[in-house]
Amino acid sequence: MAEIIRMPKLGFDMAEGTLVRWVRQVGEPIQKGDILAEIETDKATVEVEASVSGVVLQHLVDQGAVVPVNTPIAVIGQPGESVAEPAIPAAKPGPAEAPRPASPATATQEVGVESAEAAPSVAEQPIKASPLARRLALEHHLDLKAIVGSGPGGRIVRRDIEKVLAATQAVPAPAVAPAAPPVSTYTPLPSPAPADTVVATSKLRQAIGRRLLEAKQTIPHFYVTHEYRMDSLIELRQRINAYLPEAEKVSINDFIVKAVALTLRRFPNLNAALRDNEIIQFGHVNVGVAVTVPGGLLTVVVRNADQKPLRQISSEVKAMAARAREGKVKPEDVEGSTFSTSNLGMYDVDEFIAIINPPEAAILAIGSAKQAPVVENGALQIGWRMKATLSVDHRISDGAEAAQFLQALAEYLEHPLRLLI
Amino acid sequence: MARMTMREAISQALMEEMDRDPSVFILGEEVGVWGGTYAVTKGFYDKYGPKRVKDTPIAENAIIGAAIGAAMVGQRPVAELMTINFAFSAMDMIVNQAAKLRYMFGGQFNLPLVIRAVGGGGRQLGATHSQTPDAVFAHFPGLKVVSPGTPADAKGLLKSAIRSDDPVLFIEHATMYQVRGEVPEGEYLEPIGKSKIQRPGRDLTIVTYCKGLELSMKAAEELAREGIEAEIVDLRTLRPLDMAPVLESFKKTNRAIVVEEGWKSFGVGSEVASRIYEQAFDYVDAPILRVAQKEVPLPYNRTLEQAALPQVADIIAAAKEVLR
Amino acid sequence: MNKGQLLDWYYQMVLIRRVEERGAELYQAGKIGGFMHLYIGQEAVSTGIVAAREPRDRLITAYRDHGVALNCGISAREVMAELLGKITGMSKGKGGSMHMASVEKNMWGGHAIVGAHLPIAAGMALGDQYAGNDNVTICMFGDGATNIGYFHEALNLSKIWNLRVLWVCENNKYGMGTAVERASAVVDIRQKAEAYAMKNGQVDGMDVVKVYQAAKETIDFVRRESQPYFLEVITYRFRGHSMGDPERYRRPEEVRQWQENDPIGIFRRYLLENKLADQKTLDEIEARVERDVQDAVEFAEASPEPPLQELYTDIFVD
Repeated sequence: MAEIIRMPKLGFDMAEGTLVRWVRQVGEPIQKGDILAEIETDKATVEVEASVSGVVLQHLVDQGAVVPVNTPIAVIGQPGESVAEPAIPAAKPGPAEAPRPASPATATQEVGVESAEAAPSVAEQPIKASPLARRLALEHHLDLKAIVGSGPGGRIVRRDIEKVLAATQAVPAPAVAPAAPPVSTYTPLPSPAPADTVVATSKLRQAIGRRLLEAKQTIPHFYVTHEYRMDSLIELRQRINAYLPEAEKVSINDFIVKAVALTLRRFPNLNAALRDNEIIQFGHVNVGVAVTVPGGLLTVVVRNADQKPLRQISSEVKAMAARAREGKVKPEDVEGSTFSTSNLGMYDVDEFIAIINPPEAAILAIGSAKQAPVVENGALQIGWRMKATLSVDHRISDGAEAAQFLQALAEYLEHPLRLLI
Repeated sequence: MARMTMREAISQALMEEMDRDPSVFILGEEVGVWGGTYAVTKGFYDKYGPKRVKDTPIAENAIIGAAIGAAMVGQRPVAELMTINFAFSAMDMIVNQAAKLRYMFGGQFNLPLVIRAVGGGGRQLGATHSQTPDAVFAHFPGLKVVSPGTPADAKGLLKSAIRSDDPVLFIEHATMYQVRGEVPEGEYLEPIGKSKIQRPGRDLTIVTYCKGLELSMKAAEELAREGIEAEIVDLRTLRPLDMAPVLESFKKTNRAIVVEEGWKSFGVGSEVASRIYEQAFDYVDAPILRVAQKEVPLPYNRTLEQAALPQVADIIAAAKEVLR
Repeated sequence: MNKGQLLDWYYQMVLIRRVEERGAELYQAGKIGGFMHLYIGQEAVSTGIVAAREPRDRLITAYRDHGVALNCGISAREVMAELLGKITGMSKGKGGSMHMASVEKNMWGGHAIVGAHLPIAAGMALGDQYAGNDNVTICMFGDGATNIGYFHEALNLSKIWNLRVLWVCENNKYGMGTAVERASAVVDIRQKAEAYAMKNGQVDGMDVVKVYQAAKETIDFVRRESQPYFLEVITYRFRGHSMGDPERYRRPEEVRQWQENDPIGIFRRYLLENKLADQKTLDEIEARVERDVQDAVEFAEASPEPPLQELYTDIFVD
């Protein structure tokens, strides 16, 4: 069997050699130990001996060729023999490829729907915040842009996040329906005129200010108002409350929350947020309810409001508002809303226009339910009427849809028994 | 509990182990007749004789090499390097032979030797007699590196080191032999490769060992007067490094400093900080600061020397900086 | 020495020769990596010395260790497997050519750092002295190692502590590429032992019988007197320092001249002239070697690589 001669490895770091000269030519006989060729490496020119005896059958490379170690360069055998691989298997491949260690799953996770709604918007400049602060902000759906950092160089650190969360734990505010403003008595101007009073804004006020300024500046708002016949709802409420203890009586706003939630199920585009060029229509309907607290405003959230009975909605809102008043609001009380409502009805307001809470699609501003002269079946009557104004992000929705939403809402508010089925 | 110095604790550990196991013997420069240049082996020569307490020539390769050879054939030598600065004269023996022989021969034999070495500066001994090259030795897989900060730990860890079947470099500190502490009575061991909380706290984590522990405890007392409660985690062993208590503390405080007597660059602090960033990134509220020796050879002049070495004030300043 | 033992020496020497030659081929085929130092030409040295020791006497040598390994009874299979880095090598493939050892056969390596195993050898003798036995540690090293610090520290320690070490210097005239005359202030290497008031001697390393006799005498001396002894063995390596050595430092004629003193040839003549064996017996031995070496190569090639977990074993006991 003919033997293949390969470029030998002549040093521990030799990778290739040059075949300088064939000493024995094709057809010449050769004994084991005779010089077959001269090979040059980085270090020296070396004579290569034949490892078998026979006849040089083939030169596989030319003189002058640069050949990697282990490449076949010649064949020695008996005349007429064919080339075959030697009995010993060819050089084994290098050590088995180490299985690549599974790289830790780098999270380019899709930001979940829940967090999308609260993800801080992309800042032009990187916000200085510690990794811990970033994580906490993410967990609590806080916007880092709205937070002032107290660390070195203005870095946002843990205590700043904690302060924001605790800012809601301010001195308790009066109940959702505050007392009537005191009747002013005449007070003569003291002379000289009093100096200006400087009131430092709370962190919460600043945060609200930043957020809503951004909302006003960047969201193309449009507004649609609808007036609701509230007679049936008011009557139903009276009858229901007769069955309930004082502390658990339901309010008009409780009805509105449920009605809004059910209507949103039919208008998913208003239960949504805009992210780049995509509208995220949320799977849950979490209705936010604005609550006044000293120093500002908080929106408590009724999660899955479409699925909760009226009584549960009522008790949750009461409890969350109470916590807000006592300064003990929990993170889950204020995070995750998909649509907000604001009710100034207790202040005898006819109607008003609210600013959208970014990144939501819309907010409903609710005025007082009051008795007014109305036309029914061609005759003048007294009826209960309430106006509600929907502010909508025109990038997400448009007038027709907004109007249809308000119309659909009427199906619940004006026929409140529907809320029970 | 008994109260004793670091020197007494180490001496006791050696004596107890020599009494317990006849294969334990000591070799090194001046360990016998002189009684040890730090008096650790005072009285040993009279008690155990020249067979078990061997004075060697000034030949570190011979000392460590002999310890390795004797360990290979079944004895348990405890070699002493008069100072860890002399370890460099036997670098090959320590990092090429002791750390690797077992591995290169496929685990055919163990190397149950202990190398005791004295490190640290502060005695005006000059640059080549005052180093803390702990990180250099901790760099090498195959060599365990232990450095206690209290007498109780010194005794318990040295006993464990002698009983261990692995080669252990046991680093003591030149200025800590008179440090006093409570030491349990009777037989006890401390585990190699386990860090320990030496002082609980809630405001920041101080990671340290050996001399750094002594300084950090003082710093913590002062910080406490200002209402700052530092938690001190004592590494005790550099290789294998036990990060679990460090990470647990850090996840609570979110702020840390590492205190060592070696130089900052490429040091123990670099390693600890790196691991905290890797394993507790989302808990980091501030960059981790390292308190270490200034990047200079240690000078002879007393004032300059103290200026170069890390001090309690440096630790306090770093603690406050990291809490900003 | 009886005839059986002598024929066994012949087998061992031819085995070493053929293992080294096959090793060289495998190295050139790229199957053995790193450094490889062939013992060709020095076979009589290790064969004679190991033949002279008691099983309880310890052997430790430098990186030109394949011959010593085979003489100590480590199988050709394990030697080949270790060269190929396989798990069946005596060091599980983790040591390679320079780190062959078998504790079981009282062969303690195989060491790569020039001279570094000398203090360790002193230590092994110290350990035995401590244990109260009379084992002798035989420490082999080259002429190059006699110039490095470890040599002096170890020899000195062995003398002052009366350690039972036979220091064997294989003087093959070259420390890597540097002739002894260029590297050592003292050319007559055995003289260096005088600096330590150590008994010393010299022997012709190409003649296995002479080596054996010298080893026997000196091992007995060390054991009896509990003192180290320095034995200089004059030998020659026919191949370069290691694979890839272009051998610019010596002339081919010098190599050829020494090859006329091939230790295997010398021993063969001895056996034939003293009628201890005939050509046929020797040929049969050579044929047996061929078969055994072929078997070893096949075994090694067929053996598996160490599994990846072996990366992390044997570092610490726990």
